Amino acid sequence: MAWTWFHKLGSPPYAFSLAGRLTPWFAWPAAALIVAGLYGGLVLAPPDYQQHDAFRIVYVHAPSAWMSLMVYTILAISAAIGLIWRIKVSHAVAASCAPIGASFAVAALVTGSLWGRPMWGTYWEWDPRLTFELILLFFYLGYMALRSSIDDLMRADRASAVLAIVGFANVPIVHYSVEWWNSLHQTATVMKLAKPTMPPAMLIPLLMMLLGFTLLFFALLLLRVRGEILRRERTASWIREAVLI
Amino acid sequence: MNTSVLKLHATTCCAPQASALRAAQLVLQRDLTLAYRRRGQIIQPLVFFVLITTLFPFAVSPELARLREIAPAALWIGALLASLLALEFLFRDDAQDGTLEQYVLSGQSLTWLLFAKTVTHWLLTGLPLTLVTPLAAFSLGVAYPAMPAIGAAVAIGTAALSLLGAISAGLTLGVRRGGVLLTLLTLPLSLPILIFGARAAELAIKGASVAAPLYLLGAFAVLGVTLAPLAAAAAVRISLE
Amino acid sequence: MIEFFKMGGYAGYIWPSYVITLAIIVLNIVWARRSLQQARDEARRRLATSEHPP
Repeated sequence: MAWTWFHKLGSPPYAFSLAGRLTPWFAWPAAALIVAGLYGGLVLAPPDYQQHDAFRIVYVHAPSAWMSLMVYTILAISAAIGLIWRIKVSHAVAASCAPIGASFAVAALVTGSLWGRPMWGTYWEWDPRLTFELILLFFYLGYMALRSSIDDLMRADRASAVLAIVGFANVPIVHYSVEWWNSLHQTATVMKLAKPTMPPAMLIPLLMMLLGFTLLFFALLLLRVRGEILRRERTASWIREAVLI
Repeated sequence: MNTSVLKLHATTCCAPQASALRAAQLVLQRDLTLAYRRRGQIIQPLVFFVLITTLFPFAVSPELARLREIAPAALWIGALLASLLALEFLFRDDAQDGTLEQYVLSGQSLTWLLFAKTVTHWLLTGLPLTLVTPLAAFSLGVAYPAMPAIGAAVAIGTAALSLLGAISAGLTLGVRRGGVLLTLLTLPLSLPILIFGARAAELAIKGASVAAPLYLLGAFAVLGVTLAPLAAAAAVRISLE
Repeated sequence: MIEFFKMGGYAGYIWPSYVITLAIIVLNIVWARRSLQQARDEARRRLATSEHPP
């Protein structure tokens, strides 16, 4: 049963129409969660006893960083699936992920830098986690540059898939860098599911923002993947109805 | 030069293990011979390296004490840029004259053949760089006791760079003016090598133990040896489609 | 109200962070929609030229 659904998903016309129908189901909840999270984080959450109000940057920094890593993971997995089983829709997903992930890596680096200044006294440190996040951004940019420099779309898909898979090694490095090295960056506070060290009033807006950003990613992905599917289906008959309406 | 390619095809009819070694030997011989005929091409990265390290005294200060401080950075940036320059001719000529395609079709493991090519490439670029490094380091005020450690770091680092760079070289084969793209793609892979290599040089100059960064560089080299040729082979196959 | 905007003195770091992140979100939405629109237009053009070959 599950495999028939998976096969259906690989069919471009089905994926195209499904993506169109699902987009609002991700977009609107994402908007609601982000608005609520912003209010909770900026207004309702009490100031941190060590960092005072500066800690509020976490509500945009942590979701951005999470996005940059999660999106790359999805990119690498879809690229691998597309490469191994030669599924065009999978390549379309990978291509759609890149601009989204890259922009949130930028957001993570910028907000992190702005947070670092009052906390560590400097805008930038060649700290392991920051350095590897920067490397992650380079991988995103390299992926997009490689794609755009190869004219044949199919070859661009396959070549950039190899690059995406090679770069995936960087993702766990970014995450575990705070444990492996003596880092300025603080260790995980949310991922410890047993007892998160944040009080609920601070934690709940953060979770809302994390979830909201994730849903936003899926909405953006669904928007982009439809365009990518169209680009890969030259003049297939189903496009006529999809596009001329 | 296509006699060696014909011999390569011939190896597949013999016993597989023996023929794989023979195939690697043929690749090595061919690349070394061709490199000897194009000596100028091989010298270029070396000259580039020396020029870059020479620029630093002009830009920073001629005082040896100050130069010693930036020596790790200068040496490694020079080595990195020279290696990136050298990466361009890893696959380029063979791709242009069709030899690479013959390697794909030869029935030998492409991974193994590309590994042989990369080793040869290091012998032609990384090894000379390693030998010239003490000279460049000396000109930047580095004392003799630090040289072996720095040399070891450069040797291991350039080896890792050649291996990892083979991936991006394979990916950019079919791209017009792919040189800049090659550099852009290799950069993220090479940053850890730069970091640990410079750290090793810094510790060596201070007289401290270089063990930690050398081990990490070694780890990258091992990673490169085990995984990079696989990825490079996949990349070359895709580029030649 | 003013106290809220001052954010305990950290206003110079907090507000740019939020503004930049929200700008990136908006940018993503605009960019994604434009990308889909461009793909649609390209597809339309391809269909037109294939139906009426020059």
